[in-house]
Amino acid sequence: MQSKFEELFHSGDKLLSIYMTAGFPNLNDTVPILKALEANGVDFVEIGMPYSDPLADGTTIQQSSQKAISNGMNLNTLFAQIKEARKEVSMPFVYMGYLNQLMQYGLEKFCKACIDAGIDSLIIPDLPMDVYEEEHKAIFDDYNLGMSFLISPQSGEARIKEADRLSHPFLYQVSSNAITGAKSGISKAQLDYFGRIESMGLKKPKMIGFGISSKETFEQACRRANGAIIGSAFIKAISQEGSIESKVEEFIKSIRS
Amino acid sequence: MQYAVNEKGFYGDFGGAFIPEMLFPNVEELRQKYLQISSTKEFKKEFDDLLKHYVGRPTPLYFAKKLSEKYKTQIYLKREDLNHTGAHKVNNTIGQILLAERMGKKRIIAETGAGQHGVATATVCALKGLQCIVYMGEVDIARQAPNVARMKMLGAEVRPATSGSKTLKDATNEAIRDWIGNPEDTFYIIGSVVGPHPYPDMVARFQAVISEEIKKQLQEQIGRDYPDYLLACVGGGSNAAGTFYHYLDDQRVQLFMAEAAGHGIDTDKSAATSVLGTEGIIHGSRTLLMQTEDGQIVEPHSISAGLDYPGIGPLHAHLIKTGRARSFPVTDRESLDASFMLSRTEGIIPALESAHALTILEKYDFGKEDIVVLNLSGRGDKDLDTFMKYMDDYAK
Ligand SMILES: Cc1ncc(COP(=O)(O)O)c(C=O)c1O
Repeated sequence: MQSKFEELFHSGDKLLSIYMTAGFPNLNDTVPILKALEANGVDFVEIGMPYSDPLADGTTIQQSSQKAISNGMNLNTLFAQIKEARKEVSMPFVYMGYLNQLMQYGLEKFCKACIDAGIDSLIIPDLPMDVYEEEHKAIFDDYNLGMSFLISPQSGEARIKEADRLSHPFLYQVSSNAITGAKSGISKAQLDYFGRIESMGLKKPKMIGFGISSKETFEQACRRANGAIIGSAFIKAISQEGSIESKVEEFIKSIRS
Repeated sequence: MQYAVNEKGFYGDFGGAFIPEMLFPNVEELRQKYLQISSTKEFKKEFDDLLKHYVGRPTPLYFAKKLSEKYKTQIYLKREDLNHTGAHKVNNTIGQILLAERMGKKRIIAETGAGQHGVATATVCALKGLQCIVYMGEVDIARQAPNVARMKMLGAEVRPATSGSKTLKDATNEAIRDWIGNPEDTFYIIGSVVGPHPYPDMVARFQAVISEEIKKQLQEQIGRDYPDYLLACVGGGSNAAGTFYHYLDDQRVQLFMAEAAGHGIDTDKSAATSVLGTEGIIHGSRTLLMQTEDGQIVEPHSISAGLDYPGIGPLHAHLIKTGRARSFPVTDRESLDASFMLSRTEGIIPALESAHALTILEKYDFGKEDIVVLNLSGRGDKDLDTFMKYMDDYAK
């Protein structure tokens, strides 16, 4: 599984990753969205398990999550949908969700279900690095599930190196001091921060996310990282009228044409 | 101290700091500084002076004679309702504003449920001339209108939280999101012993003045410095933490906490976390919380906005799990009964939150000579609208 990621990061291409809320706009849209993303050349996807209290998320993802939960999304449904999508979709799948749901499901059972469904790696934004290393890493390693940790403009150098050491297959670089959500552009301070991180010569590939919303911001982020992740702007795009296929195609073309 | 927090912020299995990286530097800065700053002589002097001359401490420990006759035991009320702003909440906001000031922070944010913590925060911000933004659930803004007006009068901005259940949990989410976006100039004053370490420990330390005074006052009044029972209501748990603090390791003292059962623990409208909760993570802390099988946090219900929270602090989760404390679920109706009862027995109108603790007097058979200290966490002025609705049920 990891070799798909390795190929992507070795290609030298600037990677485009999309964050989607599973079960949004409708419960059964997850599989068609995944197919359409691959068909339009997206490199890998972050599949967001909707949570009632997403602390790191802005209004767009909060609302899509609430809608998905009321649509009936839950972990077992999500694993079934991903398994279904895996029959036709080969790009890497990253699961993104909050720690509480994983604890409630049971860690070992969760890992098994991930592997069975075809998930390649994880992002758990509220899982602290020290707890991960002391309590959970061995289990995730057994299942060959990677974990991406977040760094932000406020993260100190030692912590960035720690995140770099523990992250696999990539490091998640949050673009600013903010929750998720589309912003108007990328500031000089953000560009300086991108440059500062790039010059640290970290070992793991870096993906920049949060507030990346357009062709312009995508390209700015790509100059200083291996690629970028778009979330809220994509959620907004597929909230519009129209077929999943056409909305996904139109959005991806607007970013990478 | 068997029940003290360890250096990683855990009480047994509970506590810690389960927060996104964007919050880590803020919380870490506080963790490194809270003990160092609050243990200086200069800090303690200003804290004590303000509690004495501004808040009006010590609050009385009042032997409630008629109540004691009614329940055939010895009942002392710790009168936190007589604090400036009307509840125990101000003990904590005084402490945190002094910290914020010494850390050079210019902008204060807070969450509030009943509005008592919001008012207590707006008050200390006015006192120190700092900008104040209070997040409050839309539902709570409607049911605690007098406190919204007080916050505005004090110069604070009240921002409605419109996500989720639109109550305390959602106001807390919004405050945390604000803090993520403002890591440098902003101090987040949490109102209870919840949230990531060091908040539960820090808030408990600032509220510990309650049990410090109880010790002295009992010694003066009855010639021994401990009661047989301590009673307090638990929303997040700060007034209970303060009431229990200096007695946690004193096994002679039994610790009783009242939780909001709403319509009842067998209904889906409840907030009795220690009965209905399971282990998980809420607001950055590993503790007991009410959640679905799928790990979604449940929208709680209580008539009392200050107890309408689906979690409890990690210290309380630990006290329950180890059997050190016992929890009593209390329905909306029982808390109304107790509110009217205390008003007419002792001439004290309690906050609906505090009235939950009073119902333990009905539920547990205390001995005639037992010394029972009940923390009356706040006054009922803010709840008059609610009381008026039920006035006919309690016609004299
Ligand atoms: C009077 C009063 N008592 C109790 C509480 C509950 O909070 P805690 O459990 O932190 O004491 C509140 C909260 O608003 C309150 O206003």
